[in-house]
Amino acid sequence: MLEIIGLLIKIGLVVGITQGAVAYLILVERKIAAFAQDRIGPNRVGPLGLLQPIVDGVKMFLKEDVTPSYVNKPIFILAPFLSIIAAMIGFAVIPFGPVGPNNPSLAMGPVQFQIAPGIDIGLLYIFAVGSLSVYGVILAGYASNNKYSFLGGLRSSAQLISYEIPMGMSILGMILLVGSLDLNAVVEWQNRHVWGILAQPLGFLIFLICAFAETNRLPFDLPESEQELVGGFHTEYSSMKFGMFFLGEYLHVITVSYLVVILFLGGWDLPFVPLGEQSGWLFTLVKMGVLLAKVLLMIVFVMWIRWTLPRFRYDRLMELAWKRMIPLAIANTIVTATVLQLLRG
Amino acid sequence: MRSDDPALKRMTPPKLTMFEQSYLPQILGGLAVTGRHIVKAALGDGAVTMQYPEVQHQPSPNYRGVHRLNKDDQGRVKCVACMLCATACPVHCIDIVGATAPAAWTDREKYCQSFVIDELRCIYCGMCEEACPVDAIELTGFYDISGLSREEMIFDKTKLLSVFDLTQEAEPMKSGVVPPESSNRTMEFVTTPTTGPVIERQQLV
Repeated sequence: MLEIIGLLIKIGLVVGITQGAVAYLILVERKIAAFAQDRIGPNRVGPLGLLQPIVDGVKMFLKEDVTPSYVNKPIFILAPFLSIIAAMIGFAVIPFGPVGPNNPSLAMGPVQFQIAPGIDIGLLYIFAVGSLSVYGVILAGYASNNKYSFLGGLRSSAQLISYEIPMGMSILGMILLVGSLDLNAVVEWQNRHVWGILAQPLGFLIFLICAFAETNRLPFDLPESEQELVGGFHTEYSSMKFGMFFLGEYLHVITVSYLVVILFLGGWDLPFVPLGEQSGWLFTLVKMGVLLAKVLLMIVFVMWIRWTLPRFRYDRLMELAWKRMIPLAIANTIVTATVLQLLRG
Repeated sequence: MRSDDPALKRMTPPKLTMFEQSYLPQILGGLAVTGRHIVKAALGDGAVTMQYPEVQHQPSPNYRGVHRLNKDDQGRVKCVACMLCATACPVHCIDIVGATAPAAWTDREKYCQSFVIDELRCIYCGMCEEACPVDAIELTGFYDISGLSREEMIFDKTKLLSVFDLTQEAEPMKSGVVPPESSNRTMEFVTTPTTGPVIERQQLV
């Protein structure tokens, strides 16, 4: 019983905090967009524009929800839900802090900073549900019954079959090194040895590029393409249905940023600071903060890239994925496997 | 020029090294550029934004904003109802009703009884200002006008004269005032002894 209550509290916390975080990420994105263009950005609502996300949210809810007469209604309504749910359930296996029997404990035993602790297929699960969100985009494009939306959905599927393969392969090297699909094991390995970015630089690069494609962020926001597809898959969506796509995209950015940090940037490990062996509330919270700070930096980097690189043409993305990244990822896996085997003797 | 012309110079793009072909150096360079802008705008005064209602934009001296009807030194409207501005106006937004000037006004035969400009129809081309022989109508740097109805935006004589009162401090009449010595073009213009208006201008000085 206590366990279930604890679980529900954890789920509530994660959902609540990430939703709030998304609102403020939109403000951060707008601020960075403004700074990159030598502007100031939103600064009128509240001090430094800090109340802007709330006003934006209210606006989103109060807008008229238009459903055009020519859409395929059930799918049209299903698509945004699919997109947001797929983005949200990924959080189930993400460790927000240390997980293990040595954690500081409350009434129901040691507190695990993960909704589903001890899942040994965490990575596999994230990859599976992460790809699901593409269905939201494809179905939205299909159900809108609009040529631009349809093209957006089509591009999204073309994008999916291109980046998913190198993405899955790029982490094979890391998995070989760690010998586990458990995200905590990955962090612990990096704690004991080196960060993934040093052990697997090529894998990191490929994974990073694919992460941008996975989240539909520039330079790979092909399904959206404001300029040539007038918003792409969400052209026909308004009010909170549009908001849900937005939310889904940002949640996805958070998930992927956590994944990059956990897989390749050492998780809650700080170089030259022996945090790894420590436990207790203070150190646990410090580790959580370190992880959070790294994730925030990663998100800022994602936004920074958005204002630096132009959008890829979608055949160029497929070329990049199929002709460049897949061979590189395969080579990376083979070299890692060979070296590991030779080292083990 | 034919494609096998010997004068044709063939250029070959420089060979990219393996590293350059990955485009990573270019991407890093781009990140440096945007990063510089972000840091500059976030920390210092890199942003070019003007906080509008608090900080007012100062238009350039030759900005063409709302019109004004100039007054002479006795506070009378300078307009002599010659209709040149209304004729020059490409969109016909000026409507003048002329009348015989009072007997006390010895310098002119007519004056404008009513002078109406439709500020919504006006395209702010400045032709009226150029056409005016007595420099009665001028375009000011006043730009933030707004109204709740179309009728409100049709400016009559009183309103146009009040624009003069409002702006004469900041923008003295382009004539009737000794031009600044630094401005060579206007000096030349004033000293050229040609037609009536110029002489009148000197008299006013």
